[in-house]
Amino acid sequence: MLEAHHLRSALDQRFIQIRDDLLRMGQMVDAAIDRSVTSLKERDRALAHHIIADDLIINALRSTIEEECLALIATQQPTAVDLRAVVTAMFLTNEMERIADHAAGIAKTVLRMDDEPLLKPLVDIPKMAELARDMLKQSLDAFLARDIQAAHTIAARDDEIDRLYRNIFAELLGIMAHDPTTVSRGTYLLWCGHNIERIGDRVTNIAERIVFMTTGAREDLNE
Amino acid sequence: MLKINAQHVDFYYGASQALVDICMEMAEREITALIGPSGCGKSTFLRCLNRMNDTIPGARVAGKIELDGRDLYDPKVDVPDLRRRVGMVFQKPNPFPQSIYDNVAFGPRVLGLTQALADRVEQSLRGAALWDDVKDHLSEPAQNLSLGQQQRLCIARVLAVEPEVILMDEPCSALDPIATLAIEELMRELKQRYTIVIVTHNMQQAARVSDRTGLFWLGRLVEFNLTEKMFTHPDQIQTEDYITGRLG
Repeated sequence: MLEAHHLRSALDQRFIQIRDDLLRMGQMVDAAIDRSVTSLKERDRALAHHIIADDLIINALRSTIEEECLALIATQQPTAVDLRAVVTAMFLTNEMERIADHAAGIAKTVLRMDDEPLLKPLVDIPKMAELARDMLKQSLDAFLARDIQAAHTIAARDDEIDRLYRNIFAELLGIMAHDPTTVSRGTYLLWCGHNIERIGDRVTNIAERIVFMTTGAREDLNE
Repeated sequence: MLKINAQHVDFYYGASQALVDICMEMAEREITALIGPSGCGKSTFLRCLNRMNDTIPGARVAGKIELDGRDLYDPKVDVPDLRRRVGMVFQKPNPFPQSIYDNVAFGPRVLGLTQALADRVEQSLRGAALWDDVKDHLSEPAQNLSLGQQQRLCIARVLAVEPEVILMDEPCSALDPIATLAIEELMRELKQRYTIVIVTHNMQQAARVSDRTGLFWLGRLVEFNLTEKMFTHPDQIQTEDYITGRLG
C-alpha cells in the first residue's frame, strides 16, 4: 500500500496513521505483558492495579484504530491487497486488545493471591512471556514488511511456548496431587501460564493473517 | 477560514424552483463535494457560485452567496473578474482548437497578463501536473492529448488566471479509472492553494477526495457534513439510504 507512484495518496496517508497507531498499541501491549510478569514475580499489587487500569487505554486505542479502518474503507474503497491490509489491521488490533486482556488476567490473578510464597520458583512463565513478547514484536515487523517467511517462523515459535506450558502444567499438577493444600497456589500459577499460552496462540493468529494479507491464501499455522 | 458562505439560497428557472433554502459554508483550501441524483440541483448550485446561471433566460437567485464576505450578486460585482477568481472545469475536457501553449495563455492574454507569459504557462502546466508530459510539444494541437491530459490542460487554463476557487462539474466522467485517480491526486495537491468545489455523480469519488460532502435531493440540501462522517455515520436517514443504495 505504500509503494512509490501509487495514485492513492489519501489511502496511503490514512494507512500510515493506522500503522503508527498499531505500532503504538503494540508497544503498550508489550509493556503490559512485561509488567504483568513483573507484578507476579514481585507480587506487586500496585503494579497489578496499574496494568488493569491501563488496559482501558488499550481498549480505547483499539476502538480508535477500528474507527480509522472503517473510515478508510468507507472513503477510500481499498481493493485487493489494500483491502486485505486494512482488514488485517482490524484483526491485529482486536487480537492485541485480547492479548492485553491476558496480561490484565495475570494482574487480576496477582490481586487474588494471598501473601503465601509462590508454589515454585518462577522460571518457565517468564521464559514463556519473553518468547511471546518477542513473537509479538516480530509479528508487527512482519506485518509492516508483508513478510510471510517471518510469519511462518513466528508461528513455529509458538511450539516452544506450548512445550513450556505443558511442562508447567505437568509439574504443578504433580505438586497439587501430592499435596492438596497447594491447590489454590498451583491453580493461580496455572492461570498465569495459561494466559501466556493464549498470548502465543493469538500471535500465531496474527501470523496467519499476515500470510492472508500478503498472498490472499488462508493457512493454518496453529497446528 | 470561511471562503464561500451560501445562506438561504433559492434558485428559479422561470416559475420552476430548482434550489430551496440552501445553506452551506465552505472553508478555504478544502474540497467540498456535492452529490445527489440527476436533477437534484447540485450543478445548478455550483453554477451559482460564479454566476454562470446569469445568462439563462428567466433564471433568478434569491438569498445570499458571499465570497470572502462579499456578496457575489451585488450589482457592483465585476462578473468577468469573479469568474477569474472562481474558475470552472467542465464535465468534458474542452480545449480550444489551438496549441497547448495558446490554450493556457488564452486567459492571461484576455486579461492583459502578458508579462512573463511563458513562465505563467509553465507554472500553470506544472500546477496541473502536465508540464513533464507536454514541455516538448507546447506548439502541438491540444486535441492531440489524451482525454485525461486534456482535462489537466483545462485545469492549467484555470490556474493560469490565478483563481482562488476552482469549481469542477463532473471533471472525471469522461475519463478512464487511472486518469480519474490522477485527477483526484491533482485535486489533493491543488487544495494546498485553492478552494475546490466538485459536483460528482460518483459517490465513491466524493468519499475519496473531499473534506466535506453535501447531499442534494429535489433541490434541497439533505445533509452537509464531514465526508468521513457522511460515509460512516451520516446524521440523516435519507443520506444513509442514498449512499447505501436503498431508494424508493
